[in-house]
Amino acid sequence: MVSKRILSRSLYGVVVVAVAGLAFTNAAASGGESSARNKLVIMAPASPGGGWDGFAREAQQALKSIGAVNNVQVTNIPGAGGTIGLSQFVQMTGRHDMLMATGGVMIGAIELANSEATMKDVELVARMSDDYAVLVVPAKSDIKTLDEFIAAWKKDPGKTSIAGGSLGSIDHLLTGAVAQEVGIDPSKANYIAYSGGGEALTSMLAGTTVGGMSGYNEVADQIEAGNLRALAISSEERLPGVDVPTFKEQGVDAVMANWRGFVGAPGITEEDKQVFVDMVHEIHESEQWKDALERNNWTDSFMIGKEFEDYVDSEIEVTEQIVKGLGL
Amino acid sequence: MEQLNLLLEGFSNALTPMNLLWVLLGALLGTAVGVLPGLGSAMAVALLLPITFSLDPTAAFIMFAGVYYGGLFGDSTSGILLNTPGNSSAIASTFEGHRMARSGLAAKALATAAMGAFIGGLLATTVVVFFAPTLVKLATAFGPAEYFALAVFAFLAISSVVSDSIVKGLVALGIGLVLAMVGVDGPSGTIRYTLGLPQLFDGISIVVITVGLLALGEVLHIASRIHRDPEAVKIKPSGRPRLHRHDIKKALPAWLRGTAFGLPFGIIPAGGSEVPTFLAYGTEKRLAKRRGDIEFGQIGSIRGVAAPEAAGNATAGTAMGALLALGLPTSATAAIMIAAFQQYGMQPGPLLFERSGPMVWTLLASLFIGLVILLVMNMQFAVLWAKLLLVPRHYLYAGITVLSVLGVYAISAALLDLWILLGVGLVGFVMRRYEIPLAPVLIAVILGPLAETELRRALTVSEGDAGILVSSGITITLYSILALTLAFTAYKHVRASKKAKEDAELINA
Repeated sequence: MVSKRILSRSLYGVVVVAVAGLAFTNAAASGGESSARNKLVIMAPASPGGGWDGFAREAQQALKSIGAVNNVQVTNIPGAGGTIGLSQFVQMTGRHDMLMATGGVMIGAIELANSEATMKDVELVARMSDDYAVLVVPAKSDIKTLDEFIAAWKKDPGKTSIAGGSLGSIDHLLTGAVAQEVGIDPSKANYIAYSGGGEALTSMLAGTTVGGMSGYNEVADQIEAGNLRALAISSEERLPGVDVPTFKEQGVDAVMANWRGFVGAPGITEEDKQVFVDMVHEIHESEQWKDALERNNWTDSFMIGKEFEDYVDSEIEVTEQIVKGLGL
Repeated sequence: MEQLNLLLEGFSNALTPMNLLWVLLGALLGTAVGVLPGLGSAMAVALLLPITFSLDPTAAFIMFAGVYYGGLFGDSTSGILLNTPGNSSAIASTFEGHRMARSGLAAKALATAAMGAFIGGLLATTVVVFFAPTLVKLATAFGPAEYFALAVFAFLAISSVVSDSIVKGLVALGIGLVLAMVGVDGPSGTIRYTLGLPQLFDGISIVVITVGLLALGEVLHIASRIHRDPEAVKIKPSGRPRLHRHDIKKALPAWLRGTAFGLPFGIIPAGGSEVPTFLAYGTEKRLAKRRGDIEFGQIGSIRGVAAPEAAGNATAGTAMGALLALGLPTSATAAIMIAAFQQYGMQPGPLLFERSGPMVWTLLASLFIGLVILLVMNMQFAVLWAKLLLVPRHYLYAGITVLSVLGVYAISAALLDLWILLGVGLVGFVMRRYEIPLAPVLIAVILGPLAETELRRALTVSEGDAGILVSSGITITLYSILALTLAFTAYKHVRASKKAKEDAELINA
């Protein structure tokens, strides 16, 4: 009798687990015809833990906390620098209850993979936040300034290896842009691609490469702890509270932001788009979002409408040019 | 001893009745997603994240600790019982674990696995508490050349022991390498074997391959024999379910050996827990051969379960150390946890212990508490889970199929993954039919890309100079050990065949 009870109990356990599993996937996938204010799905075109995942979940949290949307879900469609997510998103024609996280990385990935779906196929909603990349060398390196680095780089591009994120990432594009700017053939740059910031970071700490390109936030502590030396950052002006000179002020006109923002599905009506624009305004105003910006060290770069569209156009143009220069 | 005081303070913060409830919840959830094929603890932490925003930091950490280790406790369960491991970290413990289950020792195998996971996690967390700064130094000693040496070392150390027929082993290895090569090549951006499908740009997920080959392949295999060979698919529980003193005496060295393999691997950001679990399994198999242990590979050896499980959790333990001290996310789960820590103003990295000391110690204390809770829970569950085998086959394997498909779909909601799952499942079925070993496929999938990428990285950095491959103490040591082992094996092989020849002559004469 006892074994029978245990059996039925364990069966019950299995059923509970199965139903919970189903519910998780179902909740993430189902949309329905309800309005965006009632139920919203934010697609993060990255795996859990990726940059867009964190970004989408911060937005989800902000929307929930101010009660702007009753039910917000984040769904992950990872792959190929976000282009897998994009190619699925462009098929969601008219879905007024879905937003997708996007950004500079996706533009690079589209160019690199010659993706069929592009930013032209989606409705641009807003740019929300920026991250910047920084050029670093190990603390024990002889190179002390950007000028010295560039001098060494010019002398022997092959020997001056640079570690950074995957091909097409901001790290990679910035390397190409800086090379172009100082008169080095970008295709000669010896760029060592790593699949994640963490891997690139250890390689820099291990002194495998001469230099490294990385998101500032990923290496900020290593810089402060004296393990890495920052030579230049890719922002327009110096960031408040960050004692790293920009490329621009050192005479290299390379400004590049790892921006993140939102787009809507193709074919949504003007009214639907307005709902999204109102929504991102509400996110931007919320305490929760201000908190998120500070916590993640994101720079507020809120931008909507025509301004945002022009920005994306110019980004695409610049990216095309760099990718061509890198010989990809 | 300063650390000890700080840790005790951490315990006093973490141990409240309410927090114990949170850790229990986390442990249950972690175990559940661990058991389900395909779902890993990364998914669980991501889902939990919004809930924890409203908790106080201590409660959140303690819940994460439960989930983090829970996934590793749970993933071997389905592997041992049904030959369908929930995650790639549990592949190695499945081989012997399932053999034990077939011999009616399911509960004992599960208990061994739980104890192994506990010991591995406990020792690893202890190492983190006392030696976090030293770990950091070790991690930064690894460049591409060192990784490559490590991959070559692991390749030979593992593959020579998991296959009995060289030809069949090579066939399996080839299948694995082909599967691993699909996708965009990282160093050059070249697209390989994707058939023009953008969904394949990131390659085929190791989870899809594991679940397809082991879970679905097993289901098809059982289905093909269910009417012809009823005895082959029936498992009768026999023997005592609990671990006895002689079991523990037998398993203890294996637990410790496994932990020793796992500890260093958590810190280096490549490979994950698969490599150490396989190394641990390989060592046990080799030792069993030397000892003349007939249980290994036949009715299932308790040591073959103990070592890989300990190795897996030891890796997870030191990975947490790397996460805290370096800010290095060595796994997807760790990457999400970084986000969670930042929520409470904790920035993992070299300055963490100075900036937010008390919170870190509370977190470390939480990890210990999580481990104890999980051990107690899983020891109870072992007996209960084993009863699952009493469910009629057709229901059970239909259930596995559903869960496998569900788990794989949950990773990235891609239909293509399901087709690949089915394809790999068929391959797994055919391989079982012709008795081609499955382990080399998975070894190739894990080590192949690691070896390739790191070799090319090393050569790119050195601009083609192969000297970089043997330019450091670590690489030279690894290759030397390898050369010695190979020479020793060859010598023994020659002597054995000579002796066999002499014996044969003696008999003839």
